[in-house]
Amino acid sequence: MELLLKLFWAFFQIGLFSIGGGYAAMPLIQEQVVVQNGWMSIGEFTDLITISQMTPGPIAVNSASFIGARMAGVPGAIIATLGCILPSCVIVMLIAFLYRRYVKLHVIDDALRGLRPAVVGMIASAALSMIESSFLAATGTSVMGVDIAAVLIFLCAFLALRKWKPSPILIMCLSGLAGFVVYSVFGGV
Amino acid sequence: MQKNLKFYVTLFLQTFKISAFTFGGGYVIVSLMKKQFVDKLGWISEKEMLDFTAIAQSSPGAIAVNASILVGYKTGGWPGAIIAILGTILPPLVLLTAISYVYTWFITVDAIRYILQGMQAGVAAVICDVVCGLSSSVWKESRGVALITAVLSFILVAFLSVNVILIVLVCIAAGIFIYGRERKIHGTAP
Repeated sequence: MELLLKLFWAFFQIGLFSIGGGYAAMPLIQEQVVVQNGWMSIGEFTDLITISQMTPGPIAVNSASFIGARMAGVPGAIIATLGCILPSCVIVMLIAFLYRRYVKLHVIDDALRGLRPAVVGMIASAALSMIESSFLAATGTSVMGVDIAAVLIFLCAFLALRKWKPSPILIMCLSGLAGFVVYSVFGGV
Repeated sequence: MQKNLKFYVTLFLQTFKISAFTFGGGYVIVSLMKKQFVDKLGWISEKEMLDFTAIAQSSPGAIAVNASILVGYKTGGWPGAIIAILGTILPPLVLLTAISYVYTWFITVDAIRYILQGMQAGVAAVICDVVCGLSSSVWKESRGVALITAVLSFILVAFLSVNVILIVLVCIAAGIFIYGRERKIHGTAP
């Protein structure tokens, strides 16, 4: 019981103080999990980051489920995950409520009009870093540091998306399949 | 928006599906949500999705969870928000709990890494596709200011690693100042 409370409290703090996505959350998770509570060694923590990158979902939720399950089984996973998302639930639901109520106010409308194009710029910069980490991977198909297979998969996927507007999930499945075939033959990461 | 059982089931399945395929950070889920909820289902407008993205990443917690709360609340009120949260956290919760028992094996499987390397290229293509769509809307709507803001924020985040919260605050202030003044001069929103 005490362990469950500790898990809840540790991930509640992570959820409350991480602003701006996964890379902002990582040092907080390390502080809580490795330094303060000693639930993992730094080596295991590195493995956890690797696993988080290999699985879908936010790093904070992934860590909560993984560490919760290792320390206290399925109840631990659920409690730690709830702790992690509770601050978001309260704060963002309040903002969602205020947004619906006040979005028609002139001052809010003006502020959001100023903000929207910046968000497009931010998403574009996320696209650029995804392209970088995909194209610059060292694999069996790399030529002068550029992974030719990744470039080809990217181009096919991008052209298909622009031309036929297929479901993005279908595109991701096909890309994964292409990756499996190509890297099995030529050697992978 | 009709809020019958069918609506909630669709909301749950959509958020579950999107979450299960979100590899590589908060902006991926935002891009997938834009494709599903704006382009395909038409439940929310493109402007709202951009507002939600800005709010999601400036609030505490994971971007994916925050964005799903905002989309869920907008489309289905409090129950919608809770359904969307469940749909978003269930895939990682179940998967990571399962992997925690076999993780030493999991990180050594070559096939998983090969699939992920391929998927990463596919994810990059999906985000680029979304950026293309959004850029053309900014282009159509804007007279200069919006275009400069978009390009500037891209350069600041991508190449100079400026904190996004800072950019958000500056843009809010600039928006209130520029568009508020226009409103005063013209009497109405331009």
